[in-house]
Amino acid sequence: MNDGDRIPGSLPASEQELRKRFLEEAHLVPGGERISRCLQCGTCTGSCPVSYAMDISPRMVIALFRAGQIEEILRSRTIWICASCYMCTTRCPQAIKITDLLYALKRTAMDAKLYPDRFPVYVLSKSFVRIVNRFGRNHEILLLLLYYLRRNPLELLRLLPLGISLFRRGRVSLFPKKIKGVKVIRQILDAAEVLELPREKEPVEYVEGTVGYRAVGQVRA
Amino acid sequence: MEYLYFPGCSLESAGKAYDESLRGVFRSLGVRLTELPDWNCCGATIYMSVDETTSLAITARNLALAEQNGGHAVIAPCSACYTVLLKANRFLRDSPELKEKVDRILGGAGLKYDLGVVIRHPLDVLVNDIGMETIARAAKRSLEGICFAPYYGCQIVRPERGFDDREFPTTMDRLFERLGAASAYFPLKTRCCGGMLMTTFPEVCLRLVKDLLDCAAENGAHCIVTTCPMCQMNVEAYQKRVNKTFGTSYQVPVLFFTQLLGLALGCSEQELGLPRNLVALKAPLAAVAA
Repeated sequence: MNDGDRIPGSLPASEQELRKRFLEEAHLVPGGERISRCLQCGTCTGSCPVSYAMDISPRMVIALFRAGQIEEILRSRTIWICASCYMCTTRCPQAIKITDLLYALKRTAMDAKLYPDRFPVYVLSKSFVRIVNRFGRNHEILLLLLYYLRRNPLELLRLLPLGISLFRRGRVSLFPKKIKGVKVIRQILDAAEVLELPREKEPVEYVEGTVGYRAVGQVRA
Repeated sequence: MEYLYFPGCSLESAGKAYDESLRGVFRSLGVRLTELPDWNCCGATIYMSVDETTSLAITARNLALAEQNGGHAVIAPCSACYTVLLKANRFLRDSPELKEKVDRILGGAGLKYDLGVVIRHPLDVLVNDIGMETIARAAKRSLEGICFAPYYGCQIVRPERGFDDREFPTTMDRLFERLGAASAYFPLKTRCCGGMLMTTFPEVCLRLVKDLLDCAAENGAHCIVTTCPMCQMNVEAYQKRVNKTFGTSYQVPVLFFTQLLGLALGCSEQELGLPRNLVALKAPLAAVAA
């Protein structure tokens, strides 16, 4: 459908696509469907130690999702700023898995390649996954190198004094070590890739053009 | 008593002192720790944000290995490992759909996991299995005169309903009070240190760390005692940068709880990795260590 002759009140095609992807991701979270119970009480925002630095508060994330504005959420710095402390999830009177839903939003944003260039947290995430896949364990130095080379190489100079004092105390391992079971990790990745494919062919139920509470109801248990 | 031990990646580098002191404490209490052979990264909070199913499968390899090695209880000292392993166990228990997927993935790699592993934090094991009285009997030095800020951080108590309250835990407070120390009033005990935000949004994270240092200092703590390698790193190693950013002059030692416990149990500074700490111990802590 061309956005120009959209039915009034319905969602643009791009928004519908993002919505579908997010609902698929949310569906993977046990209890993810509870997003539909949100009361908009704001306990999540009030409990969040980093909401002061967010452009969209956690409560607003759910409000925007209901209003059919997923793209705005995905373009915000909010989903990248969550530090995963789970205070919102713990305190939510409706037991909504807010932290896990933010993970689902991150995955949606990375899938759709929607991320602000100024906040390249996804570079960190992807580098981390690459290192773990390759060696079986994380390696702090390699992770920081991959991240800062992409984001701001000058920052590495700034971190050098700290790096040196940590190194002198034996707190830096210079080279990554491979675990013996790297091959097994490889097999796990291959098997997971094969399993992930059918998901795209069987999208979750979704009624086109729905917004607000009706659309929320489309997340199945 | 015997436990499997999952150190996690941080304890191999920046958090090495946590690994050393944990082993030291268990050794002096005569409890055996067997490192899980060839463990892999738990996936931390980051892997989950890229791909949920794969992340669960990678975590589950460790659970399958633990089961294979006859381990019922696995000790995970790093808060991220602890919470991720717990979460994977719960996801696999609660969602037959995810369990089936992960089973098939593991099966392809010749592994199998039957939900037979329990994930434990060392603080939980020390206080609730070994027991405070056993520890008190084994103690060789009193911690009297030391006022500490008990900093639990977030992921050891959340999101799972674990061994203590999710907002106001007291396990560590009670343990060290039994050994003679005084726990400072520290309302930020489960406030987040920012974790990886120190890399991605340092300006946001530095403020979180400053709040923690303010709170500890205002309430007269001689040191901050933590259970997490990320918290230790952020609050200790970035203290200089906090001072520079906010014009403060903090020099607060940040110890792993196993380091303080090891001191009470009579372990040497070397054994507890104390020389690895960036902020030196001052009186009255230094007196106990001497």
